[in-house]
Amino acid sequence: MRRFLQVTWLVVRKDLRVESRNKEMLLTTLFFAVSCVLVFSFGFVRGGEAIEGSASGVLWITIAFSGTLALGRAFERERHHDALRGLLMAPVDRPAIYVGKLVGVLLLLAVVEALVVVMVAFLFQAPLFRHGWWLLTLLSLGTIGFASVGTLFSAMLLRTRSRAVLLPVLLYPVTIPVLIMGVSGTFALVQPEPDLVLARVWVSLLFFFDIVFVTLALWTFEPVMTE
Amino acid sequence: MPPLQITDFTQVTLSGVSRHYGRRRALSRVNLVLSAGEIIGVLGPNGAGKSTLLGVLSTLAEPSNGDVRYGDLTASAGGAPLRAQVGFLSHELQLYPELTARENLEFFAGLYGLDRPAERAHEALARASLSERADDLVEGFSRGMRQRLALERTLLHAPRLVLFDEPFTGLDEASCGTLVTRLQQLRTAGRIVVLATHDLDVVSQLLDRAVLLRMGRLSELGSKGSLRERYRAALAEAPRGRRPVPSGPSGSGPGESPA
Repeated sequence: MRRFLQVTWLVVRKDLRVESRNKEMLLTTLFFAVSCVLVFSFGFVRGGEAIEGSASGVLWITIAFSGTLALGRAFERERHHDALRGLLMAPVDRPAIYVGKLVGVLLLLAVVEALVVVMVAFLFQAPLFRHGWWLLTLLSLGTIGFASVGTLFSAMLLRTRSRAVLLPVLLYPVTIPVLIMGVSGTFALVQPEPDLVLARVWVSLLFFFDIVFVTLALWTFEPVMTE
Repeated sequence: MPPLQITDFTQVTLSGVSRHYGRRRALSRVNLVLSAGEIIGVLGPNGAGKSTLLGVLSTLAEPSNGDVRYGDLTASAGGAPLRAQVGFLSHELQLYPELTARENLEFFAGLYGLDRPAERAHEALARASLSERADDLVEGFSRGMRQRLALERTLLHAPRLVLFDEPFTGLDEASCGTLVTRLQQLRTAGRIVVLATHDLDVVSQLLDRAVLLRMGRLSELGSKGSLRERYRAALAEAPRGRRPVPSGPSGSGPGESPA
């Protein structure tokens, strides 16, 4: 387990180091997310009033779109110069490489979500911070569920030519339940009378889905990466 | 870092190895024995299956039929400790251009669970004559410098089996000379070195044995004449798709059919 965590940390640190130098994924994902929220705000906010329930939908659709963009790039730097082969040749548990890549994506999405939540709360006049811890739990679990499947698919599609097209085609049908739970849970929190019982149900379901998705991804990563 | 369990071997044996990609057959019933202390050249035209053979030897690609044994172990039984004994340098150099030379080496030293990664990286940089550029980003390096760095990254963990895919591509004469010297050192150190290449002139004095891959089928090169002559003769002798498959191991050790 110690070695597993060491390898995970090595991969995360390497990705953060590369990202800190070129900021390629961070800037493109942030720019896309901000554009997304702005465009939605013009569609769903009229006279300073947002359509009821639109804030939760906009929040999660922005996370899904910008997350897809980030996931599409997650393994790109491993593809260039065949660095992935170097990683896979290393005598390590390959799932540790997967977890390292997943943590990198999650950290990136955490930064994006911090900005998106503030923007949605401001532009849609949504009381997102009224139950901040619940929202944080929903966002964390929803993002883990979405990114765990996405990271696996991103790795799977690395050797295919049309990966940019295939990633969303494969990813959304599988992660739709996670997004629906995220939207429903967030809506339960921001409606005029917050329904914490319902929010708890969605959190529990998200937790269950996360366990299933992460377990399956860890289990399938090794065979998926073997040619 | 906890030391990895080491799986040692002095021979790699391919028995009836085939590899298919859909309906396309990249390797067809390849038999080959690789022994410690020899440099084996895998020659052949583009698309002959050289990279696939190296992929199978590296454990990254599984054979569709047949098996590869590293000593007594198969790739699936050997797992991670076996991978710790294999080094693979492809023509893509498997480096991160956004990292410095030192960071690249330390990253891989960490992945291989080597103790004193910083010290190992320092020594490798000295061997690659890159000590003065250790903290420069790799993206600013010339092809020759990248190649030297990638070579040291490949050899960082002192692998028993070292695979090279077109290692001389894009190198100037001096860099070729450095690489040849390093390959000779590996032979002296008792490593198994497999070299897939087109550069017959560079490797003609280097190889202990050469095999020809064509249409996924493997045959030994003859022993008369220069390497180029033997290569041409073998190509002429092996019409596309009609070359008989060798029935047994295509060689059984250094010196059996010397280049």
